[in-house]
Amino acid sequence: MTVAIENASARAIAAGIKPRRYGSWYVAEHRIRGFRSYYKTLLFTAVGSPFMYLFALGVGLATLVDRQNALGGTSYLVFVAPALIASAAVTAAVEECTYPILMGFKWNPIFFGMNAAPISGAQIVNGIFIAVLARLLPTTLIYYLVMLVFGAVPSPLGVLDIPIAILTGMAFGLVIASYIATVEQDVGQPAFIQRFIVIPLFLFSGTFFPLTQMPIFLRWIGWISPLWHGTELGRVVSYGAVEPGWLTLVHVLYPIGLCVYGWRRTQVVVARRLNK
Amino acid sequence: MPSPVIAAKLLTKKYKGFAAVDGISFEVEPGESFGLLGPNGAGKSTTMRMVGAVSTRTSGSLQILGLDPNEHGPEIRSQLGVVPQQDNLDMDLRVRDNLIVYGRYFGISTSACAAKADELLEFAQLSDRRKSKVDDLSGGMKRRLTIARSLMNDPKVLLLDEPTTGLDPQARHILWDRLFRLKEQGTTLLLTTHYMDEAEQLCDRIVVVDKGTIMAEGSPADLIRTYSTREVLELRFGSDNNATVATQMFGIGDRVEVLPDRILIYSNDGDGDLDRIHANGFTPVTSLVRRSSLEDVFLRLTGRSLIE
Repeated sequence: MTVAIENASARAIAAGIKPRRYGSWYVAEHRIRGFRSYYKTLLFTAVGSPFMYLFALGVGLATLVDRQNALGGTSYLVFVAPALIASAAVTAAVEECTYPILMGFKWNPIFFGMNAAPISGAQIVNGIFIAVLARLLPTTLIYYLVMLVFGAVPSPLGVLDIPIAILTGMAFGLVIASYIATVEQDVGQPAFIQRFIVIPLFLFSGTFFPLTQMPIFLRWIGWISPLWHGTELGRVVSYGAVEPGWLTLVHVLYPIGLCVYGWRRTQVVVARRLNK
Repeated sequence: MPSPVIAAKLLTKKYKGFAAVDGISFEVEPGESFGLLGPNGAGKSTTMRMVGAVSTRTSGSLQILGLDPNEHGPEIRSQLGVVPQQDNLDMDLRVRDNLIVYGRYFGISTSACAAKADELLEFAQLSDRRKSKVDDLSGGMKRRLTIARSLMNDPKVLLLDEPTTGLDPQARHILWDRLFRLKEQGTTLLLTTHYMDEAEQLCDRIVVVDKGTIMAEGSPADLIRTYSTREVLELRFGSDNNATVATQMFGIGDRVEVLPDRILIYSNDGDGDLDRIHANGFTPVTSLVRRSSLEDVFLRLTGRSLIE
C-alpha cells in the first residue's frame, strides 16, 4: 500500500471514533429537533390530558364511586391517578414508537440517510428510544404535577410514579417498535395496534377498577399488560396499596424484561432491513 | 502509480440464490470520475450500496480507502458522501436544519455544521431557501440539497446513484455543473446512470454493466471507438416497414440495427451513406446523421437499449 492510501485509512479510522461512540445521541438530537415542528401539539397534549382525565374520572366519576366506599377507604381519585399517568406514558410512547419507525423506512426514509453516514442500525434504534424517553420525561412530570394539584398523591413516595410511568411506557412502546420495524407495507397496522391492543389493555389492565373485579378467565389480559404492572406498582408507591413483596418485584422486573426484549429485537430488525 | 481509492475484486451479492452483482472487478483512482452505466436492474445500485459500506457482500473482496467495509463500515462511511437514488431528506426539518443534523452524524460540532451548511447552501444555489420546508422544494432543488448534504463531511469519495433521474433538462444541467466543479476540486466521483449523456459529461472512465456483470470498460471515447463507428445514420420508414427495408441495405455502413421505431446504420460516413440510400431509390420518412454515443455501445454489447 502506498503512503497516500495509508494516510486515507488512518484518517478514516480517526473520523470513525466519534460516530461510533456518540452516534446514538446524534440520532436522538435529530429526533428531538424534529419535535419542534409539532411541539405545540405535544405541549397541549401533555398539559391538557391530565386535567381532562383527572377531572372527568377523579372528580366526576369519583363522586359516584366514593359514595359506595367501593375501594375500602381509598378515594377513587387516588386509586385511578397512578393508572392515568402510566396510561399517558403508554400513549405517548406508542405514538413515538410507531410512526417515526414506519416513516423512517418509507414515507420519510431518513434511516437510510443516517445509515449512509457512519451511524449503525442499532444506533438509530437507540437514538429513537432516547428521544422517546425525552418526550416521556416532561409528559409524566407535568402529569405528576397536575396530580399533586388535584391532591391525588397522598404519599411522598408517589414521586416514583414518574419513573414507573416512564418504565411502563417504554415497555409497551419498545415491544411495539420491534413489531413495527418489521412492517414493510403499511396497511393500517398502527391504527390496528391502537384500537385492538392499546385501548383494550388500557380498559382491562386494572386501570379503572381492580383487576380482581374481572372474571378469572379475563385476568390474564392484565397479567401480560405492562400497564397493569405499572399501575399496581404506582399504587404501592402512591398510597401504599398492599400486595405481596414478590408481586411488587414482578411489577418491576416484567416491564424491564419487555424493554430489554423490545430494544434488542428492534435493533436486530432495523439493522437487517438497512443492510440487506 | 497511486493506490486505488476503491478496489473491487470478483465482488458478488446474492439474494436468495439470485446474483444481483455477479463477480465484478474494478478499481477507482484518486480524483477519478468513474461511472457504472447500465439499464435498470443491472446491479448498479447494489454495487453502490456495497461500496457505500451499507450492504454486506456475499463474496469477493472490496477495499475502500484501503479498508474492508465488513470491519470498518462506520470509518469508511465517515469519508464518503452519498447521494442516493431516492431522496431521503427529513421532511420534518427545514432546509438548513437538514444539513446541520446530517453533519452531526460525522461528529462535527453544531457550530461548525452551521457554518458548513451556509457554505454548501451557497454552492447548491439554495441560500434563499434555507428556511423553507423540504416539501416545498422542486425536484431539482431537493437533489441539490441532497448533494449539499453529502458534502457536509468533506468526503474523499462521492457516490451518486442515478443523480439526475426524474429531473428536467435545465435542472440536470445545473446539477452537472455543480458535480463538474467538485470533480475539478479533486473529489473522486463514483456514479451510476442509465443516461449515456450523463456518463459522457461526467465520467473519465466507465464500466458498462448488464445483469450483474461488466461488459466493457474504458473512457467514453474509447468505448465508442472500440464498439461503434464514428457516425450513426437513423432512418424511419414507418413501424411496419423498418424490418423489411433493413434487409435490403446491403453494403451500406458497417452494421445495421433494427429497432421497433427506426433503423440504425453504423457508418463512418453518414452523409455519404444517406446519399447512396437515396440513390438506391429508398425514401425514408425521416433521416438523421449523428455521432455515435454510449447508447450505441450498449446496444452493440447487449443487443438492448439502455432505456426500455
